[in-house]
Amino acid sequence: MSSPAKPEIPAPLANLKIQYTKIFINNEWHDSVSGKKFPVFNPATEEIICHVEEGDKADVDKAVKAARQAFQIGSPWRTMDASERGRLLNKLTDLMERDRLLLATMESMNAGKVFPHAYMMDLEVSIKILKYCAGWADKIHGQTIPSDGDIFTYTRREPIGVCGQIIPWNGPLLVFTGKLGPALACGNTVIVKPAEQTPLTALHMASLVKEAGFPPGVVNVVPGYGPTAGAAISSHMDIDKVSFTGSTEVGKLIKEAAGKSNLKRVTLELGGKSPCIVFADADLDSAVEFAHQGVFLHQGQICVAASRLFVEESIYNEFVKRSVERAKKYVLGNPLNVGINQGPQIDKEQHDKILDLIESGKKEGAKLECGGGRWGNKGFFVQPTVFSNVTDEMRIAKEEIFGPVQQIMKFKSIDDVIKRANNTSYGLAAGVFTKDLDKALTVSSALQAGIVWVNCYLAMAVQSPFGGFKMSGNGRELGEQGMYEYTELKTVAMKISQKNS
Amino acid sequence: MATINGAVENGQPDGKPPALPRPIRNLEVKFTKIFINNDWHESKSGKKFATYNPSTLEKICEVEEGDKPDVDKAVEAAQAAFQRDSPWRQLDALRRGQLLHQLADLLERDRAILATLETMDTGKPFLHAFFVDLEGCIKTFRYFAGWADKIQGRTIPTDNNVVCFTRHEPIGVCGAITPWNFPLLMLAWKLAPALCCGNTVVLKPAEQTPLTALYLGSLIKEVGFPPGVVNIVPGFGPTVGAAISSHPQINKIAFTGSTEVGKLVKEAASRSNLKRVTLELGGKNPCIVCADADLDLAVECAHQGVFFNQGQCCTAASRVFVEEQVYGEFVRRSVEYAKKRPVGDPFDAKTEQGPQIDQKQFDKILELIESGKKEGAKLECGGSAMEDRGLFIKPTVFSDVTDNMRIAKEEIFGPVQPILKFKNLEEVIKRANSTDYGLTAAVFTKNLDKALKLASALESGTVWINCYNAFYTQAPFGGFKMSGNGRELGEYALAEYTEVKTVTIKLNDKNP
Repeated sequence: MSSPAKPEIPAPLANLKIQYTKIFINNEWHDSVSGKKFPVFNPATEEIICHVEEGDKADVDKAVKAARQAFQIGSPWRTMDASERGRLLNKLTDLMERDRLLLATMESMNAGKVFPHAYMMDLEVSIKILKYCAGWADKIHGQTIPSDGDIFTYTRREPIGVCGQIIPWNGPLLVFTGKLGPALACGNTVIVKPAEQTPLTALHMASLVKEAGFPPGVVNVVPGYGPTAGAAISSHMDIDKVSFTGSTEVGKLIKEAAGKSNLKRVTLELGGKSPCIVFADADLDSAVEFAHQGVFLHQGQICVAASRLFVEESIYNEFVKRSVERAKKYVLGNPLNVGINQGPQIDKEQHDKILDLIESGKKEGAKLECGGGRWGNKGFFVQPTVFSNVTDEMRIAKEEIFGPVQQIMKFKSIDDVIKRANNTSYGLAAGVFTKDLDKALTVSSALQAGIVWVNCYLAMAVQSPFGGFKMSGNGRELGEQGMYEYTELKTVAMKISQKNS
Repeated sequence: MATINGAVENGQPDGKPPALPRPIRNLEVKFTKIFINNDWHESKSGKKFATYNPSTLEKICEVEEGDKPDVDKAVEAAQAAFQRDSPWRQLDALRRGQLLHQLADLLERDRAILATLETMDTGKPFLHAFFVDLEGCIKTFRYFAGWADKIQGRTIPTDNNVVCFTRHEPIGVCGAITPWNFPLLMLAWKLAPALCCGNTVVLKPAEQTPLTALYLGSLIKEVGFPPGVVNIVPGFGPTVGAAISSHPQINKIAFTGSTEVGKLVKEAASRSNLKRVTLELGGKNPCIVCADADLDLAVECAHQGVFFNQGQCCTAASRVFVEEQVYGEFVRRSVEYAKKRPVGDPFDAKTEQGPQIDQKQFDKILELIESGKKEGAKLECGGSAMEDRGLFIKPTVFSDVTDNMRIAKEEIFGPVQPILKFKNLEEVIKRANSTDYGLTAAVFTKNLDKALKLASALESGTVWINCYNAFYTQAPFGGFKMSGNGRELGEYALAEYTEVKTVTIKLNDKNP
């Protein structure tokens, strides 16, 4: 048995039926309390896929009640063996494998993800995440501690309680599992609010959660909008923790609401303006490809987008030339169709913002190497765009674009480029390309980023913790560290008649 | 349908109890050869040995008898599978974990077959094999499957301009020698962490009970572990066991068995190549019943604690210390229990006690029973073999046992319960600890301080409070003193199957 041969990617499911469009509470499907529904769009065609029940504060309240009930001492979920929680998570992955084609087709259609990526990457990684977390369930250890005095002291890592999880539209299934896995492994109950643009895979997952055998109330899904359902979660007095992935702007609102309400614990995965530093001694072809994928994956709609490329002077022109060649290899169109390798942006708002930033690039004097505008006249498509001669003051060098736009800048000295790379209030990811041992180690130490990739980019392993420095976020997700963010530490100190070491 | 643990399937728990599993009738023994490189081999010498059913005293079948040349072949295969750039070394850790999960899946699939084989080979009741041995195996593989991609070294802030980190690497080729009392379970306890950490293995199952290990070989192959990762060489201690203990290319050995043989294994390991050693050996485990205990609970736990598996447990509760005030009542209830214990055909669902494993053990137990009578202990019930029933011994209870009697000092490994009296806590702590063994201890009390005090004071690797034989794959198990070296199960087992490498990289400039 060697590493498995690359499996063939099947065709997307024809005639995909959307079975689940309601609010999921207590393993049951509910209409919204208000009776309202909202439309869900296919960003490639701008057509409505279906309507989904629109949750608001009243529905969140219902979900919290259910989640709180499921979390009571003595409940099936609280009295379940930790290893059994792990077993249920593994069962969930079996069901995801069974429904892999359906989920990938749905994700591709709803989120605009190119189908081969949805099938091979999003589904693969989502399943791995849950398997990884399943393995941790019965390994969340506290400690016994040699404290002073005649006291027997130990700590317990308990679940926090009811956790609100707000999921973005760029990785609907990926981020759903990335938050669900650790929360459930550690014994919490959850209320998930998927992005209003992309609620469908979350709702299908809810049906699998029920099928896997999780007790009612452990997982609840309330689709809806940020200012209503999202805000209700952030400021709920009976939610113990909120985890949000999305823009820095909204992240600040969430943390504010958390503070103002009940000091619920907060993890935030926010935006970035991640630098990629390419030294003259780098493997040039490899650097070009990684830097390219780093900013163009999923139409640039990734928080870790390598959107400030610093290239050492002596290789600058060659690097630009090869990057431009690479950016021209895209076939835009419906992400479900064969041969398409770039899909649409998620919606009009994003589309307009990206085009506005591209215009600013042109106006502020960057050199447009290719692309530079919209593509087609239906669907939210943007041409893959490369700017060279970008300087640090330009908007495209400072603001998060979240689109298929690459900025290439020049640098001379190592100290200087480190300063420039760190000169942002973001701090999510960074890339370093060099063959030199010392440079690799010292530069990665110096960069203010939660994840530094050396001679690679986007190598996100489920076993490694992920999160941002500065305003790119608070806390870490996944890895061992990510598990502890879903626990609350209790110290127990018992008086004994005499202690012995 | 509800699972044992409260998870619900299809939304609703089902009130019905599950039907009892049944053994496989006329089970054909398919795997009787030496397993190397995912292939079945005959022994180099051409020799075979017989394995018997201790219940019927009939021969089950013949198995290839390995010796040093077969061990050498197995080690070669294990080494090759461990080379840098081998498929096994290059596998993502998560994938190693998935293979272990798949092995657990196959154990579930073939659970009744394996339980039947285990009962045929050991004489243990079929339902025990199904619900204890096989359950433990499946849980062990699943537990360690989860650890595979979580074996983490550290990055360390040392002095000076240096980048320093540790890697927790697999040790290499690991030898494992397993006993006849829980053949498959003791094997799982070694195989699971060994594979989880990325090692390759050469196993020797006990000569009395090789069958389930060999069946496991077929499952290893079916799952798709690369050839050479797991190799199984059945045979005898002085030949195969000695060859493994002293092999210069085996990097670590794990042994479960008697203290006497454990010492030989450690000696051979040291004399050859200082291979790392873990040992799980014997015990003379104290069970302390305080006057304030829940007496029924204590009686039942102490009873199962010594009689389970025909008394053939390293954890056997073979010194029951009962506080004076409740002594008489405790003895009375224990005798009632012992008299009711159903002894018989291990395939009968009602049977709780089967035969002892072989004539040698049988004779040793009877000899110790005689010593009990001779040295003045009071025989309350049992005390001899079942009438013309082969290797079956009556559940035996001795009271008025004192510390210097042989039955209070030597490991009996049979269905014999010695009950002793104590007056106060300090006294019983001293007496409980005055042994070279130190595997487990049990305490029955409702008092918080007493419980914590005893837990702290007893020189045992495991202390059970108001329970017995409470094994969990998540919790480490092993002995103090001469009951063993090192720990199995739990996160602690990982340390026994990894080798720590420190990497220190000098930098030009310091960047904190």
